[in-house]
Amino acid sequence: MAKALTLKELSKREINISSGHRLCSGCGAPIVVKMVLLASDYPVVAANATGCLEVSTCISDYTSWKIPWIHNAFENAAATLSGVETMYRSLKKQGKISQDIKFIAFGGDGGTYDIGLQSLSGAMERGHDMLYICYDNGAYMNTGIQRSSATPFGADTTTRPAGSVVPGKTEKRKNLTKIMAAHNIPYVAQASPSHWSDLMKKVRKALEISGPKFMNIMAPCNRGWRTRTDDAIMLSRLAVETCFWPLYEIENGVTKITFKPKEKKPVVDFLKPQGRFKHLFKPENEGLLAKIQTDIDWEWEKLQKEEACFTS
Amino acid sequence: MAKVVAVTGNEAVANALRQVNPDVCAVYPITPQTEMMQRFSSFVSDGQVKTELILVESEHSAMSSCVGASAAGGRVITATSSQGLALMWEILFIASGTRLPIVMPVVNRALSAPLNIHGDHSDAMGARDTGWIQLWSENGQEAYDNTIQAFRIAEHMDIRLPAMICMDGFIISHSIERLEYLDDQDVQAFVGKFKQLNPLLDIEHPVSYGPLILPDYYMEYRRAQAEVATKVAQVVLDVADDFAQLSGRKYGLFETYRLDDAEIGLVILNSAAGTSKDVVDEFRDRGIKAGLFKPRLYRPFPYEETGEALKHLKALCVLDRADCFGGSFGPVFVDIATSLYPYRERPILINKIYGLGGRDYLPGHAELVLNELVDVAQTGTVRNYKEYIGVRE
Repeated sequence: MAKALTLKELSKREINISSGHRLCSGCGAPIVVKMVLLASDYPVVAANATGCLEVSTCISDYTSWKIPWIHNAFENAAATLSGVETMYRSLKKQGKISQDIKFIAFGGDGGTYDIGLQSLSGAMERGHDMLYICYDNGAYMNTGIQRSSATPFGADTTTRPAGSVVPGKTEKRKNLTKIMAAHNIPYVAQASPSHWSDLMKKVRKALEISGPKFMNIMAPCNRGWRTRTDDAIMLSRLAVETCFWPLYEIENGVTKITFKPKEKKPVVDFLKPQGRFKHLFKPENEGLLAKIQTDIDWEWEKLQKEEACFTS
Repeated sequence: MAKVVAVTGNEAVANALRQVNPDVCAVYPITPQTEMMQRFSSFVSDGQVKTELILVESEHSAMSSCVGASAAGGRVITATSSQGLALMWEILFIASGTRLPIVMPVVNRALSAPLNIHGDHSDAMGARDTGWIQLWSENGQEAYDNTIQAFRIAEHMDIRLPAMICMDGFIISHSIERLEYLDDQDVQAFVGKFKQLNPLLDIEHPVSYGPLILPDYYMEYRRAQAEVATKVAQVVLDVADDFAQLSGRKYGLFETYRLDDAEIGLVILNSAAGTSKDVVDEFRDRGIKAGLFKPRLYRPFPYEETGEALKHLKALCVLDRADCFGGSFGPVFVDIATSLYPYRERPILINKIYGLGGRDYLPGHAELVLNELVDVAQTGTVRNYKEYIGVRE
């Protein structure tokens, strides 16, 4: 099993996504990408769904990518990388390529939970040797903070704004990590940049496993979440410590929670600093806050029971 | 030595693809293309090709995977029809804009709604301006020959554009015809080794594919794409010359049939051209100077050569197996009219829409149209510039 790298070793590694890109200051996405690429011991070819990360890192004639990188369209990063990976297998079998190369796709939640779900599901079912990484910031941030199926219950977005009648999003998030686990692929994990060692360990483990892998990684967006620009890591830590975003992995069907908060914080600690949830703190929305806490408690309990199935 | 066989159009094209032996094929089933890829899949299962198959979950993913595989640096194929081509539409532009030489047989079929699985040209006509090269095929032999030539054209280092090979659904895809296969080694030698251009899998020379390009440079990229389109016709002719040496079968940008001294003529694509040629012969037997023009390279459209070939006629009917709803005329008519516009002396043009959704095109239809053209040529007057034929009005 891959071991976590030490900070000392990491500091010697080349960073394969260069600075100077046009992502907003304080954006979580490039932090996630940097950690993922740093974790790999292998050469990586990356695919990118259309989205913030893509439009900001490769504006002709500049590119932030020091590794081979391909963007095709919004909904097809997984299918595109399927093609790249298959050509690799074909050329390797023919003796035209000898190197070991790893394949990683990056997509936001819009490109993964929503429009790209079919493409992702197909690629995972077909068993391509690739790691798909969703950087989840909970809305269509690139087009201006529209609701996605990853948007949390109650959040204010530009297409489901909190108004006098509608209190923001009225539906729960889709649990994409579980949906991917239901594909019976060898490795599925959830991670957060606040817990960088856990994140990189999961990437390293995933890259050692042959076949399709999926990781869902929290990536705070200060524009969409309406928070301070330097709060990305603090917020992603709070997401983990409130169990809004539990850290776990499902390896060959076995669930393991990789971080258990000593004391589970109330979800309001995560919600309160964010402008997108501000309306929930009005007295008339007290019930909504209570519902969010109840849902999180239930999900956390369920996850612990799933883990217990394999430990008892 | 060429081998004479009796096969369906689908089988012939599948065999051409086996002989070319591509690196990757991503495909999704759709009638009437399915049989072709079933046959190709058997070649994979029996180890007759080195091809890695990607059995995707949609045509959108088929074309998306083709883009990834082609950018990775190898020879890539897929095939489709109708709704499948429509679903690929978004990515067709990305394949051509990224200059990826993907080869795709398209077994032409009507578009929904109403749902119909039979042959017409609505699918490929909808994709005619996606930047792909389009080669149209009258019969199984032409579909086979065009498929082999398509690789040379698409992969030419001055071109690097994707190419589709069109043939009529069921009429050609499912009918058994006599045709000649080339030898495997001759096909291999003809298409040659795939030449990589900026392959994504070259780790030592990392490239970024698919950048965002803003108003400062987007138009220059589009201008370059328009420029490359002007080079395709010559490459098609050069490849056809080489192919004629190998096979004895001659191809051009289009086929002219008894056209040189013709006074009236038909312009018609694909299988219906075969039916029409017989009727042209009957008119010639009666002393009427009839001829036929069958486009082959329909995109990029060789409008100068087309205009030159047609300008001397008195009256011309363009038969379209697709319509431009809400537009003026059928798609082929518009191109033919454009090609003739620069000439002061030019034929009178009429347009007939025929054969939609697999409606039979019979010799009687060609006869009616040619009789009308005789009248138009004599009187100089036109009853109807555009009309549906073989339809209940």
